[in-house]
Amino acid sequence: MLRLSGVSYRYPGYANPVLHDITLELAPGEIVGVVGANESGKSTLCLVASGLAPGSIGGQLTSGTVDIDGRPTTGRPLHELATEVGIGFQNPATQLSAVAGSVFEEVALGPMDLGLPAHETVARTKAALATLGIEELAERAPRRLSGGQGQLVVLAALLAMRPPYLVLDEPTAQLDPEGTRLVGEALRRLAETGTGLLVAEHKTDLLADVCERVVVLDRGRLVAEGPTGDVLADPALEGYGVEPPSAIRLERALIARGLDPEVVRW
Amino acid sequence: MTRLSLERVGFVYPDGTRALEGVDLDVEPGASVAIIGQNGSGKSTLVRHLNGLLRPTEGRVLHDGLDTAGRRTAAMASVVGIAFQDPGRQIFARRIRDEVAFGPRILGRSPERVAASVSEALELVGLTDVADQNPYDIGYSRRKLLALASVYAMETPVVVLDEPTTGQDARGMRRVGALVGTLIDAGRTVIAISHDMRFVAETFGRIVVMERGRIALDGSAAQVFAEDSWPTLASTFIEPPLPARLGARLGLGSTPTDRAFLEAIAARSGS
Repeated sequence: MLRLSGVSYRYPGYANPVLHDITLELAPGEIVGVVGANESGKSTLCLVASGLAPGSIGGQLTSGTVDIDGRPTTGRPLHELATEVGIGFQNPATQLSAVAGSVFEEVALGPMDLGLPAHETVARTKAALATLGIEELAERAPRRLSGGQGQLVVLAALLAMRPPYLVLDEPTAQLDPEGTRLVGEALRRLAETGTGLLVAEHKTDLLADVCERVVVLDRGRLVAEGPTGDVLADPALEGYGVEPPSAIRLERALIARGLDPEVVRW
Repeated sequence: MTRLSLERVGFVYPDGTRALEGVDLDVEPGASVAIIGQNGSGKSTLVRHLNGLLRPTEGRVLHDGLDTAGRRTAAMASVVGIAFQDPGRQIFARRIRDEVAFGPRILGRSPERVAASVSEALELVGLTDVADQNPYDIGYSRRKLLALASVYAMETPVVVLDEPTTGQDARGMRRVGALVGTLIDAGRTVIAISHDMRFVAETFGRIVVMERGRIALDGSAAQVFAEDSWPTLASTFIEPPLPARLGARLGLGSTPTDRAFLEAIAARSGS
C-alpha cells in the first residue's frame, strides 16, 4: 500500500505549503484518478506521492507521512525508491535522458541502472515497447520523436523498471486518441498484474474508462473522493474547474432541454 | 491578408525519415483550419513549412502566390506566427509581460502598439494579474497560454498553434477557444494542430486529416466526422467526437458538436 497520511508540503524557498492535509491510499492493482483545475496541486501531489518531493527537489513535508507498505519514503535513497515507485512527468521532454542514441537504449537505461543482467534488460525493454505498441520506434533517435511519441517512450521507460507503484502526471496530454487508448489499455493491464497507479488527468473520458476511484483536488486540498462514476457525475465537479466526461455532459444538456437522456446510454 | 499554398510538398528529414509526401493545401485568408492525425503523421512538420522553419525537399510553399524558396525565415515569420507545442522552446524572458512584448517589438511596432497588443493578449488568456512574474513561476498550463498570447500579440496575418489545448483544464480550454475565436473574428488565419476532437469540431471551419505525411481528408467538421468518413478516420486511428457517434447511431445525420446533436434530436422530438 502506498499511503499519504495527513500530508502537507511546501516547496523550497516558499513559506506556505501548497498541499494541505492530504490523506490518500493506493492499493496494489488499483487505478486512482486525480482531477482538479490547473495549479490545484495535481503535479505536486504526484511529486510527493513518488517521493521526488521532498527527496530530490527539496522542500518539506510540514505535516504527515508518505509510506510504502508501512516504510516512510522520506529520507530513503532515490535509487532505492525508484524500484518501488515510478513517476512520469507531464512534459516528456524533461524526462528523456538526452544521452541515449535510440529509443531502445532510452527504455533500457532504467533496467541497466538497476544492474539487471543484459538478457533481462532486453526482455523488459522489448516487452515495454510492445505494451505501448511502439516497437517500430526502437531504432529512432529520441530527439526525432514527436511530442506524443516522446510521451509513449517515457511511459515505456517507466514500465521497464517494473515498479509496484506508478505515479503519472497527465500521461496522455500530448497523445492522439489512439495513443490515449493504448495508454488506457496499458494502465489496465498493469493494474491487472498488481501495479498500483495514481493518474492525474484532465481527460475525464479516459478516467471514467480505467479508474475505480477518483479524487478531486482544489487549491491543494482533497475535496472529494469516491467511486469514479459518482465523483465524475457530481455536479460540484465543474465548480472545481473539471470538465465532466462527454457522456455526462451530453446527458445534462438533454435533460436541460427537456429531452430524453436515455439516448446517450449504451 | 495572406493566402498560403502548399504545392506537392514533400519533406525528408536529414536522417532519411520521410515526413511529408505530395501535400497540396490551399488556405484562404481568414480561414480557420484544424490539422488532425496520429502522432508522427507529419502535422508539426507541415506547419513548420508555412513560415520557412523547414524548407520542402520537393514541391513549393507559396505566400499570396509567390514562391517562398528565396525568402528568409525572419521575413516569413512576420507573416506566419507559430506557437510551439512545448512552451519551453519559445519562452526565454524573465517577465511574462516582456515575453509577450518581444515578438511585436522585434517586428518593429511602435511602443504604444506593442503595449496595447500585450495588454490585449494577456487579458485574453487571463494572465494580466501575473504579468510581472517570471514565466517559470506559473505552472505548465499557464505557460502554454503565455506562448499563445505571445504569438497573438505579434499581429501576424496567419497564426499557427501547435496543440494549444494540451494540459488545459475546463477554464483553460475556454480561454484557448476564446483566443481562437478572437483571431477568427479579426480576420486572421488560424491553423491549429490538435488531438482534441471536441475542440476541433466546435472551433474550426475546416478540418484537414493527415495520415503518414499525406492529406487523407479535408472538409468541414460535418463532412470529416460524417459516418461515411469513419473508415478513413479509423485507418488514421481517429475516433469521431461522442455527439458524432451518437448522432450516427440514432440516424440523425452528421452531428459533430453537442450543439448540432442537441438541435437534431430536438428537431426529431418535436416532429
